[in-house]
Amino acid sequence: MKFTWFNLMPWPHLPADFRQKHKSVWVDIDSKLYDPVKGHDVYNDYMDMLEYADSLGFDGIGVNEHHQNAYGLMPSPNIIAAAISRRALNAAIVVLGNSLGLYNPPTRVAEEFAMLDVITGGRLVAGFPVGSSMDINYCYGDIPALSRERYQEAHDLIKRAWSDPEPFAWNGRYTKLRYVNTWPKPIQNPPPIHVPGGGSVETYDFCLDNTYSYSYLSFSGYIRAKALLQGYWDRLTERNEPDESPYRAGFAQTICVADTDAEAERLYKDHVSYFFNRCLHVAPGFADAPGYRTIKTIKAGALSQFSPDLGEAAHMPWKQLVDEGYVIAGSPDTVRERMEDLIKGLNVGNIFCLMHVGDMPMDKTKYSTQLFAEQVMPKLRNMWPDYADDSRFWPTPLEKRATPGPVSDHKPTTGGA
Amino acid sequence: MKLRTFNAPRADIHLIEGGSGPDLFFLHGAGGITADSPFLAALAEKYHVYVPLLPGYGESEECENIRTMLDFTLHCHDIMLALDLDKPIVVGHSMGGMIAAEMASVMPNDVDKLCLISSAGLWLDEHPIPDVFAAMPYELPELMFHDPVAGGAIMTAGADFSDPTFLQGFLVQNARQLGMAGKILFPIPERGLSERLYRLKAKTLLIWGESDKLISRPYADAFNKAIPGSELVTIPEAGHMVMIEQTSAVVKAIGKFF
Repeated sequence: MKFTWFNLMPWPHLPADFRQKHKSVWVDIDSKLYDPVKGHDVYNDYMDMLEYADSLGFDGIGVNEHHQNAYGLMPSPNIIAAAISRRALNAAIVVLGNSLGLYNPPTRVAEEFAMLDVITGGRLVAGFPVGSSMDINYCYGDIPALSRERYQEAHDLIKRAWSDPEPFAWNGRYTKLRYVNTWPKPIQNPPPIHVPGGGSVETYDFCLDNTYSYSYLSFSGYIRAKALLQGYWDRLTERNEPDESPYRAGFAQTICVADTDAEAERLYKDHVSYFFNRCLHVAPGFADAPGYRTIKTIKAGALSQFSPDLGEAAHMPWKQLVDEGYVIAGSPDTVRERMEDLIKGLNVGNIFCLMHVGDMPMDKTKYSTQLFAEQVMPKLRNMWPDYADDSRFWPTPLEKRATPGPVSDHKPTTGGA
Repeated sequence: MKLRTFNAPRADIHLIEGGSGPDLFFLHGAGGITADSPFLAALAEKYHVYVPLLPGYGESEECENIRTMLDFTLHCHDIMLALDLDKPIVVGHSMGGMIAAEMASVMPNDVDKLCLISSAGLWLDEHPIPDVFAAMPYELPELMFHDPVAGGAIMTAGADFSDPTFLQGFLVQNARQLGMAGKILFPIPERGLSERLYRLKAKTLLIWGESDKLISRPYADAFNKAIPGSELVTIPEAGHMVMIEQTSAVVKAIGKFF
């Protein structure tokens, strides 16, 4: 199993009446709610947490990209990834990811991911999302019906920019470049690629065609994810793929651990409520720009675009959130049992652990993270012994990697030659 | 009005056709149009009306190869050529007006009579056009009609959003139509028309609903100013869907001008 400690980086200072007084947490979120001075502490606390997770032995630490969004403060995940990479020296750096079509030219992704991979000694997991409709269409103005074509072209360009040893000309529909010659090149060429998807048939096929890992980054928990991921596995069977390695898929799950089940409720209930009630308050008009989803996908039953499920858990009591799997919470034993259900039920090898939730303070986050790392994770490690050697979807870093030198060694000497 | 299909270079065309009289080529807006439209019936009393559906509208297939404003413009010109129309009256509503104005600017010798109804195509920073792509279905009547209650009843006739089959059909239609329209209207319904209007030679009539809340009155004035010799007719008690709310006044204005 591969466990990635993943942080969305929510803004923890949304007012209690946010849902009543504000239209949306995303796209046209009231900018007066952001305070850059408080933001200074927020970013630094969150980066501390990612580095802390590395110190506890998580396989990966993860970041992602959102725009104009108060539950995801990383318009540029690459900046966070770079900042933590000098103190987090063991975990894979999981950037999940860069919305390829938004980068102009997309070779920017090839360059920045290569830089991250080289800086970290080959520890990068490269995420290639299309991006949510809120991000790419409403915030970044990408034309919905053309988003997938633009994405596909950007993908092909980035892959070739990494692999082609010679400078080449690229005459694309969306990007025209006379000299593509990406410097640096990544150590892992290419890095393992994960593609976050939301149930579109095209994305299932894209992952299978290219041997990418399919990630479902849901907030509604593993029980509701069953049908969507089953669609992926069914597609794999239909296509007679050579294996059903669980590392072909990943899943994001909110997890809260405490000494006892009751203690988990006491400690985390309000923060979980903050997340589902305030953070997921997205105006329904921004859920899916017409044209963003293909007709094939809508016909396959993606009706959620009309009444998005983001708000459905806003008022659910703790017990229901836990019973229905939105949150896996409780004592280490309870969490382990439910994690086993998740891992077996969804057939997944990559777990993106959402352990900082909503406005959870750092001490509680550390407590929950430590219990998970020490008392849960070790017992789940070997759930897929048959696929222990599947290295297609996880980094293979350099054995001998640089560590940051002491700053005091860098004092100027006499200068000159 | 009858529906027939034929081939054009970029896509198969679904054409609504009917009536007799001078040729009139009508380009619909982002919401589409159907053969039972009372407006088309009224036009057909005076004109031979040709109404091509853009790809994705009605039963027509979506077309991945139409992406840009130039693609839309040439596609509609291809249809005119395929129909062997010689200088018909070109009428466009909203998005259709945007395409019609482009055709008249790009091919000024082929369009000599032009009517733009509540036309898209310009952008004025002081008067931003509301974002229909982020609007919920129930919010549309307020934007589209002078009388939102009556207009809403027309828009949702027979609709039952609690029926999953209806809902899926609605979502598919919405994705097909607005997905296509978004190629020239998203995120800002402007693709440089103002820089090309100087080429336009057609005798031009502008028709606007006085209470158009989507593409408001200042846009009528901006078109009127940019197109030499154009004439503006404003119609009371009508919003953006002026030809639905005041059908006879619109048909009369067209008849009087051309």
